[in-house]
Amino acid sequence: MKTVETVFQAFPAVQPDQRPGYAGFLVPAENLVDVVTALKSDAGYNYLTCVTGVDYLSDQKMEVVYHLRRLSGGAPLELKVQVDRADTRVPSLTPLFPGADLQEREAYDLLGIRFDGHPNLKRILTWEGFNGHPLRKDWREAFYEQDAKPYKSRWPEGKYQKAEARNPFGDNVSYPLDFDPARHGDVEKELRQDFAQPVNTASEISGEHLVVNLGPQHPSTHGVFRMVAELDSETVVKLEPVIGYLHRNHEKICERNTWLQNMPYTDRLDYLSSLSNNYAYALAVEKLAGITPTERANYIRVIMAELTRISSHLIAVGFLMNDLGVYFTASLYGLEERELILDVFEAVTGSRMMCNYLRFGGVARDLPEGTMGMIYRLAFERLPRKLDDFEKYLLENEIVKVRCQGVGVLTPQQAIAYSASGPVLRASGVGFDLRKAEPYGVYGRFDFDVPVTSHGDTYDRLVIRMREIRESVRIIQQAIKSLPNGPVMNGKPTINTKVPPGESYGTVEGPKGELGFYLVSNGSANPWRYHVRPPTFINLTSLGEMSKDVKIADLVVILGGIDINLGEVDR
Amino acid sequence: MSRLYGKGIVQSLWLVFRHFVESYRVDLRDFFTHKSKTGKVAFRSSTDTKGLFTIEYPEVCTLKPEEFRFLPFLVYDFDEVGKQKQRCTACGTCARICPVQCIWIERAKDPETGKPVPAPASFTLDSDLCMNCGLCAEYCPFDAIQMDHDYELAARTRKGYLLDLKHLSKPAAYYQAVRPRQYARRVAAREEKAEAQNPPA
Repeated sequence: MKTVETVFQAFPAVQPDQRPGYAGFLVPAENLVDVVTALKSDAGYNYLTCVTGVDYLSDQKMEVVYHLRRLSGGAPLELKVQVDRADTRVPSLTPLFPGADLQEREAYDLLGIRFDGHPNLKRILTWEGFNGHPLRKDWREAFYEQDAKPYKSRWPEGKYQKAEARNPFGDNVSYPLDFDPARHGDVEKELRQDFAQPVNTASEISGEHLVVNLGPQHPSTHGVFRMVAELDSETVVKLEPVIGYLHRNHEKICERNTWLQNMPYTDRLDYLSSLSNNYAYALAVEKLAGITPTERANYIRVIMAELTRISSHLIAVGFLMNDLGVYFTASLYGLEERELILDVFEAVTGSRMMCNYLRFGGVARDLPEGTMGMIYRLAFERLPRKLDDFEKYLLENEIVKVRCQGVGVLTPQQAIAYSASGPVLRASGVGFDLRKAEPYGVYGRFDFDVPVTSHGDTYDRLVIRMREIRESVRIIQQAIKSLPNGPVMNGKPTINTKVPPGESYGTVEGPKGELGFYLVSNGSANPWRYHVRPPTFINLTSLGEMSKDVKIADLVVILGGIDINLGEVDR
Repeated sequence: MSRLYGKGIVQSLWLVFRHFVESYRVDLRDFFTHKSKTGKVAFRSSTDTKGLFTIEYPEVCTLKPEEFRFLPFLVYDFDEVGKQKQRCTACGTCARICPVQCIWIERAKDPETGKPVPAPASFTLDSDLCMNCGLCAEYCPFDAIQMDHDYELAARTRKGYLLDLKHLSKPAAYYQAVRPRQYARRVAAREEKAEAQNPPA
């Protein structure tokens, strides 16, 4: 295994990024594929975490940022490719890392970066015929008011005005100049062109392949999510996820917000695990601003994040049963335990789901009286008892085994190549958990295991989730015992967080996988770039691979096994 | 393909049946012990809960913890002559921190000199936009805006969700009733601060 420096000796054009506050390496676009190939084969960087872009408007540059990881642990390696803003062409990394597929499409859609060699470079979150690329800094939304919040019209002369009244056209849709909606009307026809329809000669009864849309209005897709499946009778031949129905351009909204104002917005990404989202964002900003949270706050964060993991996994397990056709019984047993966890959240943070609890340097308020007892009884009495029940009735159930075992198999090599993370990656036999690989907060002090299974099927994903709940309970038990006294906030709470120019990438091991925030600051009150690495969006990249040659009835089971959350996928 | 003998179904149905019986057992026990409605709700949301865990909402409500937050309200005090006095000084902290920018504040002006005075002339909150994050209440330097516990706020028109000064104002006694511990904490902090500024002779 070579070090990064020895790999880069062969590429004199690769330079370390020397802007203050920045790290990583600047790679010329023509060298990118060679550099990444060498890093992958010689230096062990075989996992592509995050692909995104940053629009440096004043320099007329577009920067593509790659984060590569070693699965043995450690901080990610950052590579940057700077290209001209007017003609942004970068070679695609999809031949090396299939996991770059959806992320490159997203960067193309939102920033207009063209990836040469991408097999399917088309819009993903916005629709065909959308005017412009919304994350470019010179793009403005229909109800545009000001580049950055707080808006001047609110105070001291705050006269109420509806946002709609600001749009002179009374219409919030615009089309590109060369776009004719009438010509592009038949979306289904265009879709079929992408899907070949060969006559099936192999089977005895020759017939055409059928293209079937599952969703967007389908009860088992957990939201507005569509799977376009090409079927040979009942067997799936090809499958493509179609997303973006819930797209609200979270990243653009958050680039208009101040640093602190983003905190409640992160709750709304994966709305089942808002405290984990808070945690990742707080870590990213703290890294950038050099704030250290207090000791007690760190422990409270761990307790809250692990309770979030338990509640999110209970939902995932319960609703997988729902997808299997058990209907609501199993989900409700999961919801019952989750309800008690949400009661804790409500008592501590004030809200059951949109918690908005973490602040930079600590948490919003100390645990109120009585909540410690609730958490204690949950962690030491109730949850261990109920988990035994869950394991007995779900994991050993013969129907669950028959429906889930061997369905949606992902080999370890595939899981790494597709950048899968969280339970999906660990079910395939890759024991990678950020809490161990790159310990953040005080996770290094706790004794816990990372469950790994080897089959990589939906049943193993279920088993992993159940075991992770047990490990989370173990962590909470230790955290309760060693919870120190002291302040929960470092310094005085302020609404103006001072963030120096620079970049940072903060990640946590969220319930659904690696949740990361890539932030760029130019020293002002608002982030210049705010990018989310959504775990379930990237886990969806492998959905097509998992669904090859399965029966159509198993599709919903596979999807339930990934445990997607559309609030996060579509952002 | 492994063979199915239906053991899983029988086992699971037995679990459901036990759950079903348990619900009635708890109900009967509560009936004979004359447990109050709040007592029942408290049991349902405790870690000892058994059987059915839902409650019949419009008749009974879940218990709201003190930190529970819904829409904000403005706190007013009474001055010596019993006139309402808004705590709000129109400093604009809440309007600036609001993530969705749903607060509009107009600062009052002295009618004679035209200079701004520390009071709001109008205060508008679009509760359609409000995301109940509680940042305004958290950062208000005068303890003038607080998060309410009242969540039953249906209105007939869209205008009904546009709350002005009149709709938002509530007395300090209400604040004390809704958030007793926080109120006591803030009052103690204010007294301590006042004492530090002018120490008693």
